[in-house]
Amino acid sequence: MDLSKKTFHWMMTQRICLQETACYTNAVTQEATEEVSLDSPEREPILSDGPSPAITPVTPTAMLTPRMGLGTAEMFERSLDEIEEDDSGDTFDMHIAVSDPEKVGDGMNAYMGYKVTTKTSMTIFSKNETTVRRRFSDFLGLHSKLASRYLHIGYIVPPAPEKSIVGMTKVKVGKEDLSSAEFVEKRRSALERYLMRTVKHPILLKDPDVMMFLESSELPRAVSTQALSGAGILRMVNKAADAVNKMTIKMNESDAWFEEKHQQFENLDLQLRKLHASVECLVCHRKELSVNTASFAKSAAMLGNSEDHTALSRALSQLAEVEEKIDQLHQDQAYADFYLFSELLGDYVRLITAVKGVFDHRMKTWSKWQDTQLLLQKKREAESKLQFANKPDKLQQAQDEIKEEIEELEGKVQQGEKDFELISKTIRKEVSRFEKERVKDFKVVIIKYLESLVQTQQQLIKYWEAFLPEAKAIA
Amino acid sequence: QAKLGSPRAVNVDLQTDATLQVDISDALSERDKVKFTVHTKSTLPNFKQNEFSVVRQHEEFIWLHDSFVENEEYAGYIIPPAPPRPDFDASREKLQKLGEGEGSMTKEEFTKMKQELEAEYLAIFKKTVAMHEVFLCRVAAHPVLRKDLNFHVFLEYNQDLSVRGKNKREKMEDFFKNVVKSADGVLVAGVKDVDDFFEHEKTFLLEYHNRVKDASAKSDRMIRSHKSKSPLSHNLHVLGKLFAIYMDLNQFFLKVSELFEKTRKIEARVAADEDLKLADLLKYYLRESQAAKDLLYRRGRALVDYENANKALDRARAKNKDVLQAETSQQVCCQKFEKISESAKQELIDFKTRRVAAFRKNLVELAELELKHAKGNLQLLQSCLGVLKGDT
Repeated sequence: MDLSKKTFHWMMTQRICLQETACYTNAVTQEATEEVSLDSPEREPILSDGPSPAITPVTPTAMLTPRMGLGTAEMFERSLDEIEEDDSGDTFDMHIAVSDPEKVGDGMNAYMGYKVTTKTSMTIFSKNETTVRRRFSDFLGLHSKLASRYLHIGYIVPPAPEKSIVGMTKVKVGKEDLSSAEFVEKRRSALERYLMRTVKHPILLKDPDVMMFLESSELPRAVSTQALSGAGILRMVNKAADAVNKMTIKMNESDAWFEEKHQQFENLDLQLRKLHASVECLVCHRKELSVNTASFAKSAAMLGNSEDHTALSRALSQLAEVEEKIDQLHQDQAYADFYLFSELLGDYVRLITAVKGVFDHRMKTWSKWQDTQLLLQKKREAESKLQFANKPDKLQQAQDEIKEEIEELEGKVQQGEKDFELISKTIRKEVSRFEKERVKDFKVVIIKYLESLVQTQQQLIKYWEAFLPEAKAIA
Repeated sequence: QAKLGSPRAVNVDLQTDATLQVDISDALSERDKVKFTVHTKSTLPNFKQNEFSVVRQHEEFIWLHDSFVENEEYAGYIIPPAPPRPDFDASREKLQKLGEGEGSMTKEEFTKMKQELEAEYLAIFKKTVAMHEVFLCRVAAHPVLRKDLNFHVFLEYNQDLSVRGKNKREKMEDFFKNVVKSADGVLVAGVKDVDDFFEHEKTFLLEYHNRVKDASAKSDRMIRSHKSKSPLSHNLHVLGKLFAIYMDLNQFFLKVSELFEKTRKIEARVAADEDLKLADLLKYYLRESQAAKDLLYRRGRALVDYENANKALDRARAKNKDVLQAETSQQVCCQKFEKISESAKQELIDFKTRRVAAFRKNLVELAELELKHAKGNLQLLQSCLGVLKGDT
C-alpha cells in the first residue's frame, strides 16, 4: 500500500480546507483541488497600531552577531518600522504549498527534495506563481538567517521544523515502510505550516532572504545548519552560555506588563506541553484500537465461516465486514487527531519557546545597557581620581584619553537605552499580534477537528444501520 | 461490599416454564465471597412450598455442576457449563490504590475516579450474577436435569450445603483426569463414525470451538482498548482557564473540554455494551461448545467400548470360553451407547437452536446499542459545534 498516496487521499476526501478562498483576487487562478494547511483562514490586513513616534533609523550592523556573514546589509538601511508601514496597499494574500517529496541521491548523502509553490497577488513579488525545489537544510538555513537577524530585537520568528536523525536515516537508507512514509508526510506538512507562518509576519515577509527562498531557482547550500558542523557546534556552545547567563541576570522589571506576560507564557508553555502529551496518547490509543479491531474482524470472519447455520454464518461475515470498516475509520480518525491537533500543539509549544526567547533577549539587552552604564560610572570615578595623580606632564594626556572613553561610553549608554526601549516596544507589538492571530488558529483547528469527529460518527451510524437488518434476518 | 436488588437480563435465550422458574433475586458481594439469593417458583409436587429462596455461594454451584458431570445417567446430555469464579481482585486492587492516593488528588478528581471504579466493580458484579443465573436457568429448562435430586436440594435446602472447595489433592486428581481425558479424546476423535450426523457434528464442533476461542480473546482485547485512558478533557479544561486572558477563548475551551468529557463517557458505555453483548456471548459459547465436545467424547468413548465388547464377544465365541459374560458385557455397552446416541442427537440439535437464537438476540441488541450511542455522540458533537461556531 502506498502510504503517501493514502494520506493525501484521506485529506482530499475529508475536504479539510482551511484556506478560505474569499481572499483570492481575480488575478490568481483558482486551485482545482483543495490544499491542506493548518493556518488560520483569517485575512485581516496588517495594520500598524497608531502613528509611530519619530525614531532615528536603527543601524542593526552593531547588533549583528559575528555568526552572520551573508551580506544583506543593504536592507537595513531603512528602519524596520518603516518597512512595516510601507505595505504599498497590499493586503495579505498569499498561499504556499509544499508538495511532491522526492528522494534525491543514494545512501547517506541522499536527501528529500520538496516542491515549494507560491501563489500570490502581492506586488512585492515578481511573479504571481513561482515553483522552486528546496531541501530540508534550505528551510533550516532560512530560519537560521531570520533568527539571527530578528530574534534579538524582539521579533517572534517562527521556529523551523525539527531535525530528526532517526527519521531521516530511515528515508536515506531506503526503508520503504509505513513509518518512513508517515515521517515524510509529517515533515512536508510541518514545512508548509512553517512557511505560511513566516510569510504572515509583515516584517519577515519582506526580508530578501525569504523572497529569495521562495523565488530563486538556485540557493547557496546552507552548510552551517548541519548539526555536527562547526557552526552547529558553535550554536550549541552559545545556547549553553545563554542558559548560564539567563540564570545570573536579575532584571529590575519596572514594567508590570512584561512581568505578567512572561508568567503567562510560562504557564501556557507548561499546559500546552501537557495537552500535547495527552493528544499523542490519544493518537497512540486509537491506533491500538484500530489494530485490535482489525484482528477481531478477521476472527469473526473465521467464526462465520465455520458456523453451519447459513443465516447466522452470513450475519457473522457481515459483522466482520462492519468491524473492518470501523477499523479503517479508527485509522482515519487517528490521522485527524494527529494532523489537526497534535502537530498544531507541537508547533505552538515551539512557538512559545521562540516567544520566551525574545523575552530573554530583552533581558540581555537590558543587561548590556546596565553593564555599559556601570562601566561609564567607573570611568567617571577614574576620571575624578586622575586629578590626584602625581605626574603632571602625563596628566593632560590621561585626562584626554579618559574623556574620549567617557564620551564613547556615554554614546553607548544612550544607544543601550534606545535598544532596550525599542525591543520592549517591538515585543509588545509582537505579543499583541500573537495573541490576536495565533490564538484564533486554535479555534479554527479545533472546530475542524470536531467536524472530523462528526464525520466519523456519521459513518459509524451508516455501518451499523446497514448491519441491523442482517442481524434481524437470522432465523 | 455491594448489593444488587433487581433481576438482570439473561443473555442466553431460554424457554421459560411455569412449572419451574429459577432466578437470582439478590446478591451480596463481601470481601472474599459473593452470596447469591436463589429464588425458585414452582408448581412441582417435589417441593414443600410454591415459592422459596436460599442463599448459595459459588462453590455450591460448582458442586452441583460436578455432580452432573460425574453422573453416568447424564452422559448423553450437554451439561450446562459451570459459571466462572467471581473475580473482583483487579477491581478491588484499583479501589484500594485510589483510597491510598486520596491525599494526592483534588476532591473533584477523587470523586470522579471513585465513581468510575465503582461503576466498573458494579459491572463485574452484574456479570457474575448473570452467569450464575444462566447456569441455573439452563438446568431448570432441561427436561431431565431439572428433575435431578441434587438440583432440588440446591434450590430448597436452606442450610449451608457444607460443600468445601477442592483441596490440593483433589485438584491434582482433577488435573490428571483432564490430561488423561484429552489424550483419550484425541484417540476417540480419531475413530471414524459411521453415522453422518455425528461425524459432521464432530468436525464442526472441533473447528467451531477453536474459532470461538479465538474470537472471544480478540473481542476482549478490542473492547479493552476501547476504554481510553487519555486525560484529554482534563487538560483541555485547565488550558481553557489559562486562555481566560485571551478574549473569549476561555469559554471556548471550557465547552470543548466538557464535550470531550461527555463523549468519553459515551465511549465507556459503548465498551461496556460491547462487552455484554459480544464478549460475554462468545465466552459463553466457548464454554457451551466445550460441553458439547465433552458429550461427543463420552459418546465416542461409549462407541469404542461397544466395539471392543463386540470384539471380545467374537473372541469368546471362537474360544468358547466365558461366552455368557461377554454377551452381557456387550449388551450393556450396546445399550449405553444407543442411549447416549439418542439423547446426544437431540441435545446437539437443541444446542444449535439455542446458539442461533442467542446470537440473533445479541447481535441485534449490539447493533441497536451501537446506533444509539453513535447517534448520541453525533448529537453532542453537532450541538457543541453549533454553539462554538455561533460564538466565532
